[in-house]
Amino acid sequence: MPEKKIRVLIAKPGLDGHDRGAKVIARALRDAGMEVIYTGLRQTPEMIASAAVQEDVDVIGLSILSGAHNTICPQLMSLLREKGMSDVTVLVGGIIPAADIPALKQAGIAEIFLPGTSTQEIVEFIHKRVAARG
Amino acid sequence: MPRDMPEQEKGVTQTVSPADSTAATRKPSAKEREWEKKTLQPTLEKSPERLPDFTTVSGHSIRRLYTEADLTGWDKERELGHPGEPPYTRGIHATMYRGRLWTMRQFAGFGTAEDTNQRFRYLLARGQTGLSVAFDLPTLMGYDSDHPLSEGEVGKCGVAISSLADMEVLFDKIPLGNVTTSMTINSPAAVVWAMYLAVAEKQGADWKTISGTIQNDILKEYIAQKEYIYPPEPSMRLVIDTFEFGVKHTPKFNSISISGYHIREAGSTAIQELAFTLRDGMEYVEWGLRRGMDVDEFAPRLSFFFNAHNDFFEEIAKYRAARRIWQKAVRERYKSQTAGCSLTAQQPYNNVVRTAIQALAAVLGGTQSLHTNSLDEAWALPTEFAATIALRTQQILAHETGVTNTVDPLGGSYFVEALTNEVERGAWEYVERIDAMGGMVPAIERGYPQREIAEASYRYQLALDHKEKIIVGVNEYAADEKPLEILQIDETVAHRQAGRLRKLRAERSKEEVARRLNALRRAAEGKENLMPPIYEAVKAYATLGEICDAMRDVFGTYEEVAIT
Repeated sequence: MPEKKIRVLIAKPGLDGHDRGAKVIARALRDAGMEVIYTGLRQTPEMIASAAVQEDVDVIGLSILSGAHNTICPQLMSLLREKGMSDVTVLVGGIIPAADIPALKQAGIAEIFLPGTSTQEIVEFIHKRVAARG
Repeated sequence: MPRDMPEQEKGVTQTVSPADSTAATRKPSAKEREWEKKTLQPTLEKSPERLPDFTTVSGHSIRRLYTEADLTGWDKERELGHPGEPPYTRGIHATMYRGRLWTMRQFAGFGTAEDTNQRFRYLLARGQTGLSVAFDLPTLMGYDSDHPLSEGEVGKCGVAISSLADMEVLFDKIPLGNVTTSMTINSPAAVVWAMYLAVAEKQGADWKTISGTIQNDILKEYIAQKEYIYPPEPSMRLVIDTFEFGVKHTPKFNSISISGYHIREAGSTAIQELAFTLRDGMEYVEWGLRRGMDVDEFAPRLSFFFNAHNDFFEEIAKYRAARRIWQKAVRERYKSQTAGCSLTAQQPYNNVVRTAIQALAAVLGGTQSLHTNSLDEAWALPTEFAATIALRTQQILAHETGVTNTVDPLGGSYFVEALTNEVERGAWEYVERIDAMGGMVPAIERGYPQREIAEASYRYQLALDHKEKIIVGVNEYAADEKPLEILQIDETVAHRQAGRLRKLRAERSKEEVARRLNALRRAAEGKENLMPPIYEAVKAYATLGEICDAMRDVFGTYEEVAIT
């Protein structure tokens, strides 16, 4: 029986339009055999949470470069809890000052990937995480 | 929600590598062939080269050695010419930096208008004569600071400007008659520019003599940076409205800065950056001509803004080719005599050493204006310390290195001339493909430049992942570094802005605002120039969000088809 593909939602929250990172990651994860849904630009936390439910994803990857992460991430995490999606793995990639990382992890973000991270590193992280959860 | 495109609709991208196309026809001299046999071959047998193929950061093949065989058919008079004369390969001025150094201008803007006004006054007190304004994301997207979508973004990536009242504070005690101001604003450029002009008028500055630049380049927003509001047609109408208004009322103000910077940052190659930017320039000229404008009247007010990336010679070739292509395009396509286009450059990396080398490439390429990014730019808006080092880098280049002593010091180099030719040829191929699609607007609607850039950026990421390309400290020689001290903007900025907007809405004349916004809506439905009704709405203290909404009512908004 073929193994079930890992489903990933790549989302670009906030007003920022710099989507290079989101697109590169979407493609790298797809090339690594995952099912990837890209939301497009300027998604609110509500839109992202609804898409995650609708698409029944295992992983959400947020791309944030604008400095709005401290507002967006806690909002999304509490929406996911409300919708019974607490088991989804949420990752953040982008420009995140070191000082903000502990609070984001506290809020439930599984990992934060900073500029310069290789795509293999992210692929491996997702595989390990999803396998551990079974 | 935009979805992934089905496989079969994805375009097949071909890599333009003009170097390969010349290799087959290259005819080395007898002496060169002899050197290959006698000296080169034994060396290669003894110690092979480090790599099978040497390429630029854009993946463009570079030969081992360039000689006169790489410049066959190259007409020195036609392709190189002389400084200050067409085709401007050697620079747009006869004396270049012997006459006047490039403009050193640093980007600033954060928090509220008061915060940025203080930084501006600090910079002016240190002898800087030009200001460069960065706006926050809500302003760039045409939302007021208290709009729900602005939450978490107010004052973060630039200064928050929601109305003329904010603009008055931003330029408080700064005489707009004496400074030049560059404003990085695109989709709502007409509105923000109207606010600036209203402040100038209140200060008693003469519109005929004030100078500066609005970025106002909407095409590259659809292509790369994605900060658009309206669909392409009404957006282009607004751009041409500002051209027309500028020619008539503010003849010293540059009404556009056509930008390759963001295209490159989105992951394009050097050739794509050059081609898409210059084709954007041609699109603006064509729309201006269709409006009935005189090309000789508005073409001199167009300026170009390029990235200064890491590959030293590729960047130099790019600047030289940019002037030559633009000159040929304007002369041959639009029959104008004036085509010595002015170039600006900016560096993207948060590293002092890289910035110095990138800035040197821009100077050797003949730039007229240079922004050097600060070492903390990738993380936040620059601190005063970081901004000072960035400026000192330029001053060292200008005053210590001696590179300003002569015009176009690399002119005539086999390598630089051959690479300039190749970059030019690659760019023309793209321009012709976009022409065949009916111009840049239809090409954007088909997602063509977006897809080409996405392909290039993915190829580059793979090259980094496989260590075919090295970035020191990132995918090789990496080590943990102490985090930089950075400028943090907290949410008190948003609260201050919200309070100021409440006060403004309570104090202004509601009837006057409603009347001006209705007049703008009516004008938008028709064909007239929108700058005058926008200006009147701004003066009645209608907010940026209200003015942009009035046009959203008529024009609608744009959603791209997301390509991954």
